Amino acid sequence: MKKSGAEILIECLKKEGVKHIFGYPGGVVLNIFDILYDEKDVQLFLTRHEQGAIHAADGYARASGKVGVAIVTSGPGATNTVTGIATASMDSIPIVVFSGQVPTLLIGNDAFQEADIVGITRPCTKHNFLVKDVKDLAQTVREAFHIASTGRPGPVLIDLPKDITAGSTEFVWPDEVKIRSYNPTYQGNKYMINQAVQMIAQAKKPVIMAGGGVILSGAAKELKELAELAKIPVTMTLMGLGGFPGTNKLSMGMLGMHGTYYANTAVQNADLLIGIGVRFDDRVTGRTEAFAPHAKIMQIDIDPTSIRKNVRVDLPVVGDVKNVLRDIIKATKELKEQQWGAIRNAWLKQIEKWKEERPLTYRFDKNIIKPEFVVEKIYEVTKGEAIICTEVGQNQMWAAQFYKYDYPRRWLSSGGLGTMGYGFPAAIGAQLACPDKIVFDIAGDGSIQMNIQELATAVINKLPVKVAILNNGYLGMVRQWQELFFKERYSHTHLESGNPDFVKVAEAYGAVGLRATKPEEVEPIIKESLKIKNRPVFLDFIVDWKEKVYPMVPAGASIDEMIFEEEEKKEEKKLKAVK
Amino acid sequence: MRHTISVLVENKFGVLSRVSGLFSGRGYNIESLSVGETIDPAISIMTIVTTGDDLVVEQITKQLNKLIDVIKVVDFMEIDHVEREMVLIKVAPRKDDKTEVLQLTEIFRGRIVDSGPSTYTIEITGNEGKINAFIELIKPFGIKEFVRTGKVAIAREGLKKAKQTREAS
Repeated sequence: MKKSGAEILIECLKKEGVKHIFGYPGGVVLNIFDILYDEKDVQLFLTRHEQGAIHAADGYARASGKVGVAIVTSGPGATNTVTGIATASMDSIPIVVFSGQVPTLLIGNDAFQEADIVGITRPCTKHNFLVKDVKDLAQTVREAFHIASTGRPGPVLIDLPKDITAGSTEFVWPDEVKIRSYNPTYQGNKYMINQAVQMIAQAKKPVIMAGGGVILSGAAKELKELAELAKIPVTMTLMGLGGFPGTNKLSMGMLGMHGTYYANTAVQNADLLIGIGVRFDDRVTGRTEAFAPHAKIMQIDIDPTSIRKNVRVDLPVVGDVKNVLRDIIKATKELKEQQWGAIRNAWLKQIEKWKEERPLTYRFDKNIIKPEFVVEKIYEVTKGEAIICTEVGQNQMWAAQFYKYDYPRRWLSSGGLGTMGYGFPAAIGAQLACPDKIVFDIAGDGSIQMNIQELATAVINKLPVKVAILNNGYLGMVRQWQELFFKERYSHTHLESGNPDFVKVAEAYGAVGLRATKPEEVEPIIKESLKIKNRPVFLDFIVDWKEKVYPMVPAGASIDEMIFEEEEKKEEKKLKAVK
Repeated sequence: MRHTISVLVENKFGVLSRVSGLFSGRGYNIESLSVGETIDPAISIMTIVTTGDDLVVEQITKQLNKLIDVIKVVDFMEIDHVEREMVLIKVAPRKDDKTEVLQLTEIFRGRIVDSGPSTYTIEITGNEGKINAFIELIKPFGIKEFVRTGKVAIAREGLKKAKQTREAS
């Protein structure tokens, strides 16, 4: 029996096990939306902006490990997805985006709501397709999900001209998918793995640097096993948080620009740096020539282009992180009796000393709310069990520093692209994927306004997402840079006078709004928000606007050239002198 | 360093743009590019000449391999190979110079493929050195038009130090 392209599309989604999709209708996708009207197994969630739909699909994917799906219309609907797609691309998140397109015959004619979305998204997707024949539709969808979710994951876009979804053909679901030009390397090379085991055994001061690849490959268990077996301290990149338990004794927290003193110091003193599922981003390495100067660098990654892109690598191992770690663990266990404790004792003691010397800290104030205090309280009240989404800027860094992530897929943040407006829609996606979990979006008053319209999506679907707005009346991170490096000239970073009353905004949408202006009000409103199970909650924390994120490595400096809060004034003078 | 890279790709629309976009998006320059179908019409082969240090070229070949539609990438840098390029040159020599132009063309084993009342169109095939030498010699006679195909390259048989970047990476 023949089916329409739109019907085939939905059948394909069912075959892929898709239950929830996000989207926004429009002229050329009406055929698809018409099928969704009666559809029971695939449920579409209407966002209030296409960017929100993509971030929601992205959050859904990050929280669940499944492929996130979104459907939008042509032209502006499609171009609105670009920021979301680029966000997913930079963080290697598997999503499949279906965009409507004008009928095949009109393509290239500047038709109404036409945009060359395949051309526009080519550099920010893992791959994209334009379907030109309805007979190719099922095969294309199959390939798209395969490409998005395998190898180094990433976003895939399928452009669907109106005549394709309106056309009809026999529905044939391809049993298997084989793309001759796409064969990711999953198993690490044996020789390289043996070398890796030797390097680990011989190292006196090793450090593991774990990234998003650990989470994407589902290798948290293996990472913990290796670290504990060979007694190697672990630091995580922003994307790697939760890949190794933050409360584990071997954890040194995050490294890099706003990393901990002990993580950065350990990397700079290490004799072996083991990068696992990382790409040595500039926010992590600082000045690359001065990065890990005494260390041999080993890098394990499924994507060969990540290797030797930013830093020298002494031992590359291309393969799926999980498989490679398993092989390394197995071979390490077969080594002749290693007295790991004795070998590493001095190094681990040294790290303990650095931890005591300069712990991650802030100055509590009993009169004004410190933003770090809010994050700490959220951690305490949720017992570290919540899914934390963030926006971008100071809120993101404090959320990374002061919440300890013990499990993977509980930390959802736009790491690579740094997309303001990511957190709230991502939290909506995460809440749908994990209805039993507490989901917080830690936001700033700037970021939340970038996708605040999604309050409607959360309210209508009764999603109890909590948005903790660290409201300092500024674009805080930019303001921090202006204060430190631009002579306190706060050009266009002051938001307070234009900010709405966030409690009223929430109420206007039918959500709950709560506010804390004093430290003693923080915990009560967090607890109150947890009681609300059928609506989103905005928690407006009026925080100290002067608070800055520390430690901080100025851009272009080496990661051991850190500024700390107590040295702020002194360092500022020094920096100004340098400039 | 100058590299000649050959890229075997699926013969689909948009592939050229994926490949060229990869270069432009990273600020790498393409010096020449030639594309054509292989014996298998489903596959095309591109020959790209580009310049960059070892790290840049390593990234280029890895990134090319990463493109879904790319089947195979070969960097001819470390492979003994034959390179050829063709140029068509329209010259308008003065009457006295005509013989010399014809002689030069013969020395370089070129051919006159068209002649008009005042012009010759010369076809020259060869490696870069030969072609550049010919251009230098013919310049003084007045070049009216000039086109070149860009390089194509093929590995020599028998010398198996072929380093295929996909395997190496």
